[in-house]
Amino acid sequence: MRSNLGFFSDEKFRSIFFQTLVVGLFALGLFFIISTTSYNLEKRNIATGWSFLQNPAGFDISFSPFLEFKSTDTHLKVYFVGVLNTLLVSITGCIAATILGFILGIVRLSSNWLLSRLVYIYVEFSRNVPLLLQIILWYSILIQLPRVKQSLQVLDVFYISNRGLYSPRPIFESGFSYVLIAIVLALISSFLINRWAKKRQDKTGQQFPVLSSSIGLIFIVPLILFFILGSPLSFEHPELKGFNFKGGLVIRPEFIAMFLALSIYTAAFISEIVRAGIMSVSKGQREASAAIGLKQTWIMRLIIIPQALRVIVPPLTSQYLNLTKNSSLGIAVGYADLVHGFGGISLNQTGQAIECMAIVMATYLSISLTISFFMNIYNRSIQFKEK
Amino acid sequence: MNEMNEARKPPVATTGIIGWLRINLFFNWTNSLITLFVIYCLYQFIPWILDWTIFSADFKYNYLGEQITNQEMCSRNLDPENGGACWAVIYVRFYQFIYGFYPKVEVWRVNVAYVMLTLALLPLLYANLPYRKYFLYFTYIFPVIAYFLLNGGLGFTEVSTNKWGGLLVTLVLGCTGIALAFPIGIMLALGRRSKLPVISMMCTLFIEFIRGVPLITLLFFGMVMLPLFLPEGIDMDGLVRVLVAVTLFQSAYMAEVIRGGLQAIPPGQYEAAKSLGMSYWRMNLLIILPQAIRISIPPIVNTSIGLFKDTTLVIIVGILDLLGIGRGTLADTNWLGLSYEIYFFVSLVFFIFTFGMSRYSLYLEKKLKTGINMGAD
Repeated sequence: MRSNLGFFSDEKFRSIFFQTLVVGLFALGLFFIISTTSYNLEKRNIATGWSFLQNPAGFDISFSPFLEFKSTDTHLKVYFVGVLNTLLVSITGCIAATILGFILGIVRLSSNWLLSRLVYIYVEFSRNVPLLLQIILWYSILIQLPRVKQSLQVLDVFYISNRGLYSPRPIFESGFSYVLIAIVLALISSFLINRWAKKRQDKTGQQFPVLSSSIGLIFIVPLILFFILGSPLSFEHPELKGFNFKGGLVIRPEFIAMFLALSIYTAAFISEIVRAGIMSVSKGQREASAAIGLKQTWIMRLIIIPQALRVIVPPLTSQYLNLTKNSSLGIAVGYADLVHGFGGISLNQTGQAIECMAIVMATYLSISLTISFFMNIYNRSIQFKEK
Repeated sequence: MNEMNEARKPPVATTGIIGWLRINLFFNWTNSLITLFVIYCLYQFIPWILDWTIFSADFKYNYLGEQITNQEMCSRNLDPENGGACWAVIYVRFYQFIYGFYPKVEVWRVNVAYVMLTLALLPLLYANLPYRKYFLYFTYIFPVIAYFLLNGGLGFTEVSTNKWGGLLVTLVLGCTGIALAFPIGIMLALGRRSKLPVISMMCTLFIEFIRGVPLITLLFFGMVMLPLFLPEGIDMDGLVRVLVAVTLFQSAYMAEVIRGGLQAIPPGQYEAAKSLGMSYWRMNLLIILPQAIRISIPPIVNTSIGLFKDTTLVIIVGILDLLGIGRGTLADTNWLGLSYEIYFFVSLVFFIFTFGMSRYSLYLEKKLKTGINMGAD
């Protein structure tokens, strides 16, 4: 029973037909959008192209810890300041969220009922309240701190006020670079010692005091060098002058609010991931390791965590990605990240929405892809290897 | 052998309340110390928070018995020693929190829509609802009714969306976003798994692009760029532009969740359907999707919780949802400085919705595990 449209029953023909149709419609839509957009841009006198990146920005950025920023600097520099601020809050947030999340995940499994309930309440509250609300709440707490003149003093060198946290700024004098080189060398050599010790233990069963030797290498050797070179490090203390502090290192409340909210919010998710990961390791593993006489802390470190990590790492990766993307909420409290600085103020000043948004989106995409890339490498390294 | 051993007593209290306390709170020295420490902290904290939120708080009247109309009349501002939270701000601004600036004469329409929303959700939440089929028909036409009811038309006076606000906007964004993203997500998931290379590549690119950028950039895209893409004369409503962004965002996440469900379907199901001579669409609609969606309902609910929380982001592009009304109230000199009360209230509303949804998703997961028919057909 063949109809006149017999060729339409041919799978190959149909596949080519539909794909051409889709591509054609897509191209048509694209053409329509491009033509209307260029018409609209022309009508509204919006410039196109990338030359605006070289124009002076004309506004100040309050928080730029890595690059000196003046209002005469270009929009391109606004972009770099934004990327650095985004990376700063994302990386510190990820580290804090991971540490807090692991601790909470383990505590949640504690045999102490009260403690585990407490963590449960924390997790539910933190997960079920919108992150943006938490950021705004932290910010509103921070700016209700006492004013600069009445700022709280911690350990005589830190000042906490509604303008942020002021701490001494380290000034590295010549010769400090040797200490840094010594620290890096010590890190590399303790990593190598760790590998060598593991190999030797696998072969001969003999243990090597890795921890104490690493501590010695990383802390004591650079410290001795530091004093030999005549302590090439001094601190610039913040001083109250007029209405504000001069000098020192300042951490703005916007950053602190972002950091606290992002890490506390994400830690709740990570703690649930860690809990699920630890619970996925079968009870027999714990019993077997107890039966061969391992200490409780060793059971956790050597048996449970390595197996749990295989379950933990993939969802952990997506939490890191989420945290990085969520750092874009800094705009709500005026944290000068990529979206607020470049995608917000620069966009408004130049009016070149398409270019600005394209750059911002491309940057987030590349950050996301980089994180996934490294986490995938790490994931592969901890997966079960069949021998 | 004949000698009867005296029956040994059970070990001291591992049962009953004392046994429970022993095992869970005072298992050993460290455990007991931790327990005592936690109890001490709670003892310090709980009375204080209860006092602030309830016992010393003003609800409608201050301690002088006057009805509070601005922050200066709050007990704690009249007498700092006396008084806790000032909930009167919620009481006075309650209308705005729930309806935004919707005209008072027309507000019954919003109330009807709220009630209808509950009715429309019932058949989705309870598989064993009597007359579920008829309720489902209502669910399908509910969006149309709600559109005319809230927006106007068909004899109702028009209420422009810039008068909407508060919980109304939060619910409209959340529900519409989820409802629209569901079919788009299914199409994207099918597209990504399609054997046609062009279609699969385009769907993959779309999904990965959306998942790689923050929602706020998509909202900016909707607000700033979308008007540039449209020909002259077509003016898009602000709320609609935001909805487009939210729907695009949610559909990419929905697609990944549904793809997870599709991957769990054994290939035998496809083969069986094909051997019966079913076409691609018949196979997917009748055989594959009903099973795949059933497995993916718990993660669908989870992404929906995420979206519901993320709707707060619209305040950045100037739409006044629940949080936006809260911030607006704070900017009012009458209610300056009541940030804790307002944020507490907004958090509580969100918490009730999202916690309820997450409990529901857990309940579904349990039901799925025990293999009872959930009737997701």
